[in-house]
Amino acid sequence: MLADRINGWLRRLPVWMLYALAPVPAIWLLWLGLTGGLGVEPIEALEHELGELALQLLIAGLCITPLRRFAGVNLLRFRRAVGLIAFLYVVLHLLVWLVLDVQDLGRIWADILKRPYITVGMGAFLLMLPLALTSNNRAVRALGRRWQRLHRLTYGVVLLAALHFVMARKGFQVEPLLYAGAILALLALRLVPRRRNAARGGGPARATARG
Amino acid sequence: GLAGAAGGRAWAAPEELEPNTWEEITTYNNFYEFGTGKDDPADNAHMLTTSPWTVTIDGMVDRPGDYAFEDIMKKMTLEERIYRLRCVEAWSMVVPWTGFELADLLDLAGVQGGAKYVAFETAMRPDEMPGLSSPVLDWPYVEGLRLDEAVHPLTIMATGIYGRDIPNQNGAPLRLVVPWKYGFKSIKSVVRISLVEEQPPTSWNRYAPNEYGFYSNVNPQVDHPRWSQATERRIGGGLFAPRVPTPMFNGYGEEVASLYAGMDLAENF
Repeated sequence: MLADRINGWLRRLPVWMLYALAPVPAIWLLWLGLTGGLGVEPIEALEHELGELALQLLIAGLCITPLRRFAGVNLLRFRRAVGLIAFLYVVLHLLVWLVLDVQDLGRIWADILKRPYITVGMGAFLLMLPLALTSNNRAVRALGRRWQRLHRLTYGVVLLAALHFVMARKGFQVEPLLYAGAILALLALRLVPRRRNAARGGGPARATARG
Repeated sequence: GLAGAAGGRAWAAPEELEPNTWEEITTYNNFYEFGTGKDDPADNAHMLTTSPWTVTIDGMVDRPGDYAFEDIMKKMTLEERIYRLRCVEAWSMVVPWTGFELADLLDLAGVQGGAKYVAFETAMRPDEMPGLSSPVLDWPYVEGLRLDEAVHPLTIMATGIYGRDIPNQNGAPLRLVVPWKYGFKSIKSVVRISLVEEQPPTSWNRYAPNEYGFYSNVNPQVDHPRWSQATERRIGGGLFAPRVPTPMFNGYGEEVASLYAGMDLAENF
Protein backbone atom coordinates (compact mmCIF):
# COMPACT_ATOMS: atom_id res chain seq x y z
CA MET A 1 0.00 0.00 0.00
CA LEU A 2 1.22 3.46 -0.88
CA ALA A 3 0.53 4.84 2.61
CA ASP A 4 2.69 2.11 4.17
CA ARG A 5 5.53 2.89 1.82
CA ILE A 6 5.27 6.59 2.62
CA ASN A 7 5.19 5.81 6.32
CA GLY A 8 8.27 3.62 5.98
CA TRP A 9 10.09 6.41 4.20
CA LEU A 10 8.96 8.99 6.77
CA ARG A 11 10.25 6.85 9.64
CA ARG A 12 13.75 7.31 8.29
CA LEU A 13 13.40 11.10 8.27
CA PRO A 14 14.67 12.54 11.56
CA VAL A 15 12.58 15.30 13.17
CA TRP A 16 15.65 17.44 13.82
CA MET A 17 15.90 17.96 10.06
CA LEU A 18 12.76 20.11 10.23
CA TYR A 19 14.26 22.26 12.97
CA ALA A 20 17.51 22.52 11.03
CA LEU A 21 15.72 23.63 7.87
CA ALA A 22 13.29 25.95 9.68
CA PRO A 23 15.38 29.14 9.54
CA VAL A 24 16.34 28.70 5.88
CA PRO A 25 13.29 30.46 4.33
CA ALA A 26 13.59 33.31 6.85
CA ILE A 27 17.29 33.83 6.10
CA TRP A 28 16.61 33.61 2.38
CA LEU A 29 13.84 36.21 2.61
CA LEU A 30 16.04 38.53 4.68
CA TRP A 31 18.80 38.17 2.09
CA LEU A 32 16.34 38.96 -0.70
CA GLY A 33 15.07 41.96 1.24
CA LEU A 34 18.58 43.34 1.69
CA THR A 35 19.58 42.82 -1.93
CA GLY A 36 16.48 44.08 -3.73
CA GLY A 37 14.97 40.66 -4.39
CA LEU A 38 11.72 41.59 -2.64
CA GLY A 39 11.08 44.58 -4.85
CA VAL A 40 11.21 48.26 -4.05
CA GLU A 41 9.18 47.98 -0.81
CA PRO A 42 10.91 45.11 1.01
CA ILE A 43 9.45 45.77 4.47
CA GLU A 44 5.87 45.09 3.49
CA ALA A 45 6.95 42.18 1.30
CA LEU A 46 9.00 40.57 4.10
CA GLU A 47 6.17 41.05 6.59
CA HIS A 48 3.65 39.47 4.24
CA GLU A 49 5.89 36.58 3.17
CA LEU A 50 6.63 35.67 6.80
CA GLY A 51 2.95 35.87 7.73
CA GLU A 52 1.94 33.74 4.80
CA LEU A 53 4.60 31.14 5.64
CA ALA A 54 3.31 31.02 9.21
CA LEU A 55 -0.21 30.45 7.94
CA GLN A 56 0.97 27.73 5.56
CA LEU A 57 2.75 25.98 8.43
CA LEU A 58 -0.37 26.19 10.58
CA ILE A 59 -2.34 24.63 7.74
CA ALA A 60 0.31 21.92 7.37
CA GLY A 61 -0.13 21.18 11.08
CA LEU A 62 -3.89 20.92 10.61
CA CYS A 63 -3.40 18.38 7.82
CA ILE A 64 -1.63 15.86 10.02
CA THR A 65 -4.64 14.35 11.79
CA PRO A 66 -6.87 14.01 8.68
CA LEU A 67 -3.96 12.62 6.66
CA ARG A 68 -3.64 9.84 9.17
CA ARG A 69 -7.32 9.24 9.53
CA PHE A 70 -8.33 9.36 5.90
CA ALA A 71 -5.14 8.42 4.04
CA GLY A 72 -3.25 6.38 6.60
CA VAL A 73 -0.17 8.58 6.31
CA ASN A 74 1.36 9.08 9.72
CA LEU A 75 3.10 12.41 10.28
CA LEU A 76 2.37 12.67 14.00
CA ARG A 77 6.09 12.67 14.85
CA PHE A 78 6.47 15.94 12.99
CA ARG A 79 3.46 17.75 14.40
CA ARG A 80 5.25 19.42 17.30
CA ALA A 81 8.05 20.64 15.04
CA VAL A 82 5.58 22.01 12.49
CA GLY A 83 3.69 23.84 15.23
CA LEU A 84 6.83 25.31 16.78
CA ILE A 85 8.21 26.40 13.42
CA ALA A 86 4.85 28.03 12.64
CA PHE A 87 5.21 29.88 15.94
CA LEU A 88 8.73 30.96 14.96
CA TYR A 89 7.37 32.48 11.75
CA VAL A 90 4.54 34.20 13.61
CA VAL A 91 7.13 35.76 15.92
CA LEU A 92 9.26 36.88 12.96
CA HIS A 93 6.16 38.30 11.22
CA LEU A 94 5.34 40.20 14.41
CA LEU A 95 8.92 41.45 14.82
CA VAL A 96 9.07 42.81 11.27
CA TRP A 97 5.77 44.58 11.90
CA LEU A 98 6.99 46.06 15.22
CA VAL A 99 10.56 46.97 14.37
CA LEU A 100 10.66 47.65 10.64
CA ASP A 101 7.08 48.59 9.80
CA VAL A 102 5.40 50.55 12.60
CA GLN A 103 8.64 51.70 14.31
CA ASP A 104 6.79 53.44 17.12
CA LEU A 105 5.94 51.77 20.43
CA GLY A 106 3.06 54.14 21.16
CA ARG A 107 1.50 53.46 17.82
CA ILE A 108 1.87 49.71 18.16
CA TRP A 109 -0.34 49.72 21.22
CA ALA A 110 -2.80 52.10 19.57
CA ASP A 111 -2.93 49.87 16.50
CA ILE A 112 -3.61 46.76 18.57
CA LEU A 113 -6.51 48.45 20.34
CA LYS A 114 -7.92 50.37 17.43
CA ARG A 115 -7.53 48.22 14.35
CA PRO A 116 -9.61 45.06 14.30
CA TYR A 117 -7.35 43.10 11.93
CA ILE A 118 -4.38 43.74 14.20
CA THR A 119 -6.42 42.92 17.30
CA VAL A 120 -7.40 39.64 15.67
CA GLY A 121 -3.82 38.85 14.64
CA MET A 122 -2.57 39.66 18.12
CA GLY A 123 -5.27 37.40 19.55
CA ALA A 124 -3.99 34.54 17.42
CA PHE A 125 -0.45 35.20 18.66
CA LEU A 126 -1.52 35.25 22.32
CA LEU A 127 -3.43 31.97 21.89
CA MET A 128 -0.29 30.45 20.41
CA LEU A 129 1.88 31.38 23.39
CA PRO A 130 0.65 28.67 25.81
CA LEU A 131 0.80 26.15 22.97
CA ALA A 132 4.43 26.96 22.19
CA LEU A 133 5.36 26.98 25.88
CA THR A 134 3.84 23.53 26.44
CA SER A 135 5.26 21.92 23.31
CA ASN A 136 7.81 19.87 25.21
CA ASN A 137 7.76 16.41 26.78
CA ARG A 138 7.81 17.70 30.33
CA ALA A 139 4.67 19.79 29.79
CA VAL A 140 2.91 16.88 28.08
CA ARG A 141 3.63 14.67 31.10
CA ALA A 142 2.77 17.33 33.66
CA LEU A 143 -0.53 18.31 32.04
CA GLY A 144 -1.77 14.83 31.16
CA ARG A 145 -5.23 14.95 29.63
CA ARG A 146 -5.39 18.71 30.07
CA TRP A 147 -2.58 19.03 27.50
CA GLN A 148 -4.85 17.81 24.74
CA ARG A 149 -7.65 20.09 25.79
CA LEU A 150 -5.24 23.04 25.92
CA HIS A 151 -3.92 22.27 22.47
CA ARG A 152 -7.38 22.48 20.97
CA LEU A 153 -6.65 26.22 21.13
CA THR A 154 -4.95 25.53 17.80
CA TYR A 155 -8.39 25.66 16.19
CA GLY A 156 -8.93 29.14 17.58
CA VAL A 157 -5.47 30.17 16.38
CA VAL A 158 -6.04 29.11 12.78
CA LEU A 159 -9.49 30.69 12.62
CA LEU A 160 -8.15 33.99 13.94
CA ALA A 161 -5.15 33.80 11.60
CA ALA A 162 -7.39 33.22 8.59
CA LEU A 163 -9.63 36.11 9.61
CA HIS A 164 -6.58 38.35 10.13
CA PHE A 165 -5.44 37.65 6.56
CA VAL A 166 -8.89 38.28 5.05
CA MET A 167 -9.25 41.56 6.96
CA ALA A 168 -5.74 42.80 6.24
CA ARG A 169 -6.22 42.88 2.48
CA LYS A 170 -7.71 45.81 0.66
CA GLY A 171 -10.84 44.82 -1.21
CA PHE A 172 -12.45 41.45 -1.65
CA GLN A 173 -9.44 39.31 -2.57
CA VAL A 174 -9.33 35.68 -3.56
CA GLU A 175 -6.08 34.52 -1.93
CA PRO A 176 -6.98 35.01 1.74
CA LEU A 177 -10.40 33.48 1.07
CA LEU A 178 -8.73 30.37 -0.35
CA TYR A 179 -6.68 30.07 2.81
CA ALA A 180 -9.76 30.56 4.97
CA GLY A 181 -11.62 27.95 2.91
CA ALA A 182 -8.81 25.42 3.31
CA ILE A 183 -8.77 25.98 7.05
CA LEU A 184 -12.53 25.61 7.37
CA ALA A 185 -12.43 22.41 5.29
CA LEU A 186 -9.65 20.95 7.44
CA LEU A 187 -11.59 21.78 10.59
CA ALA A 188 -14.79 20.34 9.11
CA LEU A 189 -12.98 17.03 8.47
CA ARG A 190 -12.64 16.70 12.24
CA LEU A 191 -16.42 16.67 12.53
CA VAL A 192 -16.76 13.57 10.34
CA PRO A 193 -18.13 10.93 12.74
CA ARG A 194 -15.77 8.09 13.53
CA ARG A 195 -16.82 4.57 12.61
CA ARG A 196 -16.00 1.95 15.22
CA ASN A 197 -13.30 -0.59 14.40
CA ALA A 198 -12.50 1.18 11.20
CA ALA A 199 -9.26 2.91 12.08
CA ARG A 200 -6.84 2.74 9.20
CA GLY A 201 -3.10 3.10 9.39
CA GLY A 202 -3.05 1.62 12.89
CA GLY A 203 -3.70 3.06 16.30
CA PRO A 204 -6.34 5.44 17.62
CA ALA A 205 -6.43 8.81 15.91
CA ARG A 206 -6.10 10.70 19.14
CA ALA A 207 -2.64 9.50 20.10
CA THR A 208 -0.46 12.22 21.56
CA ALA A 209 2.43 13.53 19.54
CA ARG A 210 5.80 12.99 21.14
CA GLY A 211 9.35 13.72 20.06
CA GLY B 1 6.58 72.36 3.46
CA LEU B 2 7.49 70.17 0.51
CA ALA B 3 5.33 72.01 -1.96
CA GLY B 4 5.73 75.45 -0.53
CA ALA B 5 7.33 77.37 -3.35
CA ALA B 6 7.03 81.04 -2.49
CA GLY B 7 5.59 83.10 -5.30
CA GLY B 8 5.63 82.32 -8.97
CA ARG B 9 4.21 79.00 -10.07
CA ALA B 10 3.84 77.17 -6.83
CA TRP B 11 2.88 73.96 -8.61
CA ALA B 12 5.98 73.72 -10.70
CA ALA B 13 8.46 71.16 -9.37
CA PRO B 14 9.61 72.25 -5.91
CA GLU B 15 13.39 72.00 -5.83
CA GLU B 16 13.75 69.72 -2.83
CA LEU B 17 11.73 66.86 -4.31
CA GLU B 18 13.95 64.09 -5.52
CA PRO B 19 12.06 61.73 -7.83
CA ASN B 20 12.01 58.00 -7.31
CA THR B 21 13.79 55.85 -9.86
CA TRP B 22 12.10 54.64 -13.04
CA GLU B 23 12.27 51.11 -11.65
CA GLU B 24 10.58 52.06 -8.40
CA ILE B 25 7.84 54.00 -10.15
CA THR B 26 7.12 51.28 -12.71
CA THR B 27 7.39 48.08 -10.64
CA TYR B 28 5.41 48.95 -7.50
CA ASN B 29 1.88 49.73 -8.61
CA ASN B 30 -1.73 49.36 -7.62
CA PHE B 31 -3.77 48.70 -10.76
CA TYR B 32 -6.24 46.01 -9.77
CA GLU B 33 -7.37 45.45 -13.36
CA PHE B 34 -4.05 43.62 -13.74
CA GLY B 35 -4.07 41.88 -10.35
CA THR B 36 -3.95 42.86 -6.71
CA GLY B 37 -0.22 42.28 -6.13
CA LYS B 38 2.12 45.26 -6.37
CA ASP B 39 4.12 43.55 -9.13
CA ASP B 40 1.09 42.24 -11.05
CA PRO B 41 0.64 45.44 -13.10
CA ALA B 42 4.26 45.42 -14.24
CA ASP B 43 3.91 41.74 -15.16
CA ASN B 44 0.52 41.89 -16.90
CA ALA B 45 -0.11 45.40 -18.20
CA HIS B 46 1.78 44.77 -21.45
CA MET B 47 -1.41 43.04 -22.62
CA LEU B 48 -3.26 46.34 -22.80
CA THR B 49 -3.59 47.89 -26.27
CA THR B 50 -3.14 51.63 -25.86
CA SER B 51 -3.14 52.65 -29.50
CA PRO B 52 -5.60 53.55 -30.89
CA TRP B 53 -7.21 55.11 -27.82
CA THR B 54 -10.20 57.34 -27.55
CA VAL B 55 -11.57 59.26 -24.62
CA THR B 56 -15.30 59.83 -24.60
CA ILE B 57 -16.12 63.21 -23.17
CA ASP B 58 -19.83 63.55 -22.52
CA GLY B 59 -22.49 64.84 -20.20
CA MET B 60 -22.83 68.57 -19.69
CA VAL B 61 -20.40 69.73 -22.36
CA ASP B 62 -20.83 71.78 -25.54
CA ARG B 63 -18.87 69.36 -27.72
CA PRO B 64 -19.49 65.81 -26.55
CA GLY B 65 -17.87 62.98 -28.46
CA ASP B 66 -15.04 60.51 -28.83
CA TYR B 67 -11.70 62.28 -28.75
CA ALA B 68 -8.78 60.39 -30.27
CA PHE B 69 -5.72 60.38 -28.04
CA GLU B 70 -3.48 61.76 -30.83
CA ASP B 71 -5.89 64.61 -31.49
CA ILE B 72 -5.94 65.50 -27.81
CA MET B 73 -2.13 65.44 -27.70
CA LYS B 74 -1.91 67.80 -30.69
CA LYS B 75 -3.94 70.42 -28.87
CA MET B 76 -2.46 70.15 -25.40
CA THR B 77 0.69 71.76 -24.01
CA LEU B 78 2.84 69.21 -22.24
CA GLU B 79 4.92 70.13 -19.23
CA GLU B 80 6.79 68.28 -16.50
CA ARG B 81 5.31 68.20 -13.01
CA ILE B 82 7.30 66.60 -10.23
CA TYR B 83 4.67 65.60 -7.69
CA ARG B 84 4.57 63.70 -4.46
CA LEU B 85 2.28 60.67 -4.67
CA ARG B 86 0.80 59.46 -1.39
CA CYS B 87 -0.98 56.11 -1.46
CA VAL B 88 -3.85 55.50 0.96
CA GLU B 89 -1.80 52.46 2.08
CA ALA B 90 0.71 54.85 3.73
CA TRP B 91 3.57 54.66 1.26
CA SER B 92 4.71 57.43 -1.03
CA MET B 93 6.83 58.26 -4.04
CA VAL B 94 7.89 61.29 -6.02
CA VAL B 95 7.06 61.03 -9.70
CA PRO B 96 8.26 63.28 -12.54
CA TRP B 97 5.08 63.29 -14.62
CA THR B 98 4.67 64.74 -18.06
CA GLY B 99 1.17 65.88 -18.85
CA PHE B 100 -1.28 68.69 -19.38
CA GLU B 101 -3.80 70.40 -17.17
CA LEU B 102 -7.17 68.69 -17.04
CA ALA B 103 -8.74 72.15 -17.25
CA ASP B 104 -7.36 72.51 -20.79
CA LEU B 105 -8.91 69.20 -21.85
CA LEU B 106 -12.24 70.19 -20.33
CA ASP B 107 -12.04 73.50 -22.23
CA LEU B 108 -11.69 71.50 -25.42
CA ALA B 109 -15.10 69.98 -24.78
CA GLY B 110 -16.61 73.14 -23.31
CA VAL B 111 -18.03 72.66 -19.82
CA GLN B 112 -21.60 73.83 -19.49
CA GLY B 113 -22.87 76.02 -16.67
CA GLY B 114 -24.77 73.42 -14.66
CA ALA B 115 -21.93 70.90 -14.38
CA LYS B 116 -20.72 70.43 -10.81
CA TYR B 117 -18.72 67.22 -10.88
CA VAL B 118 -16.44 65.30 -13.24
CA ALA B 119 -16.78 61.52 -13.45
CA PHE B 120 -13.99 59.34 -14.82
CA GLU B 121 -13.91 55.76 -16.02
CA THR B 122 -11.04 53.32 -16.66
CA ALA B 123 -10.98 50.99 -19.66
CA MET B 124 -12.62 47.62 -19.01
CA ARG B 125 -11.25 44.93 -21.33
CA PRO B 126 -11.44 41.44 -19.86
CA ASP B 127 -9.22 40.02 -22.63
CA GLU B 128 -6.44 42.45 -21.85
CA MET B 129 -6.92 42.87 -18.09
CA PRO B 130 -6.68 39.57 -16.20
CA GLY B 131 -7.57 41.22 -12.89
CA LEU B 132 -11.11 41.88 -14.11
CA SER B 133 -11.93 38.21 -13.64
CA SER B 134 -11.83 38.60 -9.88
CA PRO B 135 -14.59 40.51 -8.14
CA VAL B 136 -12.35 42.73 -6.02
CA LEU B 137 -14.29 45.80 -7.12
CA ASP B 138 -17.29 46.54 -9.30
CA TRP B 139 -15.77 47.08 -12.73
CA PRO B 140 -15.16 49.37 -14.51
CA TYR B 141 -13.13 51.44 -12.06
CA VAL B 142 -14.72 54.85 -11.64
CA GLU B 143 -13.60 58.03 -9.93
CA GLY B 144 -14.82 61.56 -9.54
CA LEU B 145 -13.84 65.09 -8.62
CA ARG B 146 -15.74 68.22 -7.81
CA LEU B 147 -15.49 70.58 -10.80
CA ASP B 148 -13.35 73.11 -8.91
CA GLU B 149 -10.92 70.31 -7.98
CA ALA B 150 -10.86 69.12 -11.58
CA VAL B 151 -9.99 72.52 -13.03
CA HIS B 152 -7.43 73.36 -10.34
CA PRO B 153 -4.07 74.01 -12.00
CA LEU B 154 -2.42 71.23 -9.96
CA THR B 155 -4.74 68.63 -11.50
CA ILE B 156 -3.21 67.11 -14.62
CA MET B 157 -3.71 64.30 -17.08
CA ALA B 158 -0.33 62.55 -17.23
CA THR B 159 0.92 60.94 -20.43
CA GLY B 160 4.56 60.43 -19.51
CA ILE B 161 7.09 59.75 -16.76
CA TYR B 162 10.70 60.94 -16.97
CA GLY B 163 9.85 62.33 -20.40
CA ARG B 164 9.03 58.88 -21.78
CA ASP B 165 5.57 57.57 -22.66
CA ILE B 166 3.78 56.50 -19.52
CA PRO B 167 4.08 52.71 -19.09
CA ASN B 168 0.86 50.70 -19.13
CA GLN B 169 1.16 49.76 -15.46
CA ASN B 170 1.14 53.46 -14.58
CA GLY B 171 -2.03 54.14 -16.54
CA ALA B 172 -1.22 54.50 -20.25
CA PRO B 173 -1.97 56.29 -22.38
CA LEU B 174 -3.41 58.95 -20.12
CA ARG B 175 -4.31 59.10 -16.46
CA LEU B 176 -5.45 61.59 -13.92
CA VAL B 177 -3.02 62.95 -11.31
CA VAL B 178 -4.44 64.82 -8.31
CA PRO B 179 -1.40 65.20 -6.05
CA TRP B 180 -3.17 66.30 -2.86
CA LYS B 181 -5.43 63.26 -2.78
CA TYR B 182 -4.68 59.61 -2.07
CA GLY B 183 -3.35 57.81 -5.11
CA PHE B 184 -6.48 55.81 -5.88
CA LYS B 185 -8.26 59.04 -6.87
CA SER B 186 -5.79 59.43 -9.73
CA ILE B 187 -7.63 57.07 -12.04
CA LYS B 188 -5.63 55.30 -14.74
CA SER B 189 -6.12 54.52 -18.45
CA VAL B 190 -9.08 56.86 -18.73
CA VAL B 191 -11.68 56.15 -21.45
CA ARG B 192 -14.54 58.39 -20.32
CA ILE B 193 -14.86 61.80 -18.75
CA SER B 194 -18.40 62.92 -17.95
CA LEU B 195 -19.49 66.32 -16.70
CA VAL B 196 -22.39 65.79 -14.34
CA GLU B 197 -24.54 67.62 -11.85
CA GLU B 198 -24.62 65.05 -9.04
CA GLN B 199 -21.67 63.64 -7.11
CA PRO B 200 -20.67 60.53 -9.08
CA PRO B 201 -20.01 57.13 -7.50
CA THR B 202 -16.37 56.19 -6.94
CA SER B 203 -15.08 52.61 -6.87
CA TRP B 204 -13.40 52.45 -3.48
CA ASN B 205 -16.11 54.46 -1.80
CA ARG B 206 -18.70 52.08 -3.19
CA TYR B 207 -16.67 49.14 -1.89
CA ALA B 208 -16.12 50.45 1.64
CA PRO B 209 -17.70 53.85 2.33
CA ASN B 210 -16.36 53.92 5.89
CA GLU B 211 -12.77 53.46 4.66
CA TYR B 212 -12.64 55.54 1.47
CA GLY B 213 -14.44 58.85 1.19
CA PHE B 214 -15.36 60.76 -1.96
CA TYR B 215 -12.82 63.48 -1.23
CA SER B 216 -9.94 61.31 0.02
CA ASN B 217 -7.68 64.29 0.53
CA VAL B 218 -4.37 63.31 2.10
CA ASN B 219 -4.95 64.07 5.77
CA PRO B 220 -2.60 62.92 8.55
CA GLN B 221 -5.28 63.66 11.16
CA VAL B 222 -7.91 61.33 9.74
CA ASP B 223 -6.81 57.72 10.04
CA HIS B 224 -7.92 54.95 7.79
CA PRO B 225 -9.91 52.56 10.00
CA ARG B 226 -7.18 49.94 9.58
CA TRP B 227 -4.03 52.03 9.77
CA SER B 228 -2.71 55.43 10.73
CA GLN B 229 -2.30 58.09 8.07
CA ALA B 230 -0.01 60.22 10.27
CA THR B 231 3.16 58.84 8.71
CA GLU B 232 4.26 57.28 5.46
CA ARG B 233 7.17 55.34 4.05
CA ARG B 234 9.02 56.64 1.04
CA ILE B 235 9.53 53.85 -1.46
CA GLY B 236 13.19 53.20 -2.16
CA GLY B 237 14.56 53.33 1.38
CA GLY B 238 15.14 49.59 1.61
CA LEU B 239 14.56 47.31 4.56
CA PHE B 240 15.30 49.98 7.18
CA ALA B 241 13.43 52.90 5.62
CA PRO B 242 12.12 55.21 8.36
CA ARG B 243 8.56 56.45 8.49
CA VAL B 244 8.20 60.18 7.91
CA PRO B 245 5.32 62.49 8.83
CA THR B 246 2.63 62.95 6.18
CA PRO B 247 1.88 66.61 5.47
CA MET B 248 -1.71 67.89 5.20
CA PHE B 249 -2.95 67.81 1.60
CA ASN B 250 0.25 65.91 0.83
CA GLY B 251 2.15 69.18 1.09
CA TYR B 252 -0.06 71.10 -1.35
CA GLY B 253 -2.13 72.90 1.28
CA GLU B 254 -1.03 76.35 0.19
CA GLU B 255 -2.52 75.73 -3.23
CA VAL B 256 -5.64 73.73 -2.40
CA ALA B 257 -6.74 74.32 1.20
CA SER B 258 -9.04 77.12 0.05
CA LEU B 259 -11.08 74.62 -1.98
CA TYR B 260 -12.28 73.15 1.31
CA ALA B 261 -12.76 76.31 3.37
CA GLY B 262 -15.45 75.77 5.97
CA MET B 263 -15.73 72.03 5.33
CA ASP B 264 -15.34 69.49 8.11
CA LEU B 265 -12.59 67.34 6.62
CA ALA B 266 -13.01 64.58 9.20
CA GLU B 267 -16.61 64.19 8.08
CA ASN B 268 -15.89 64.75 4.39
CA PHE B 269 -12.86 62.47 4.35
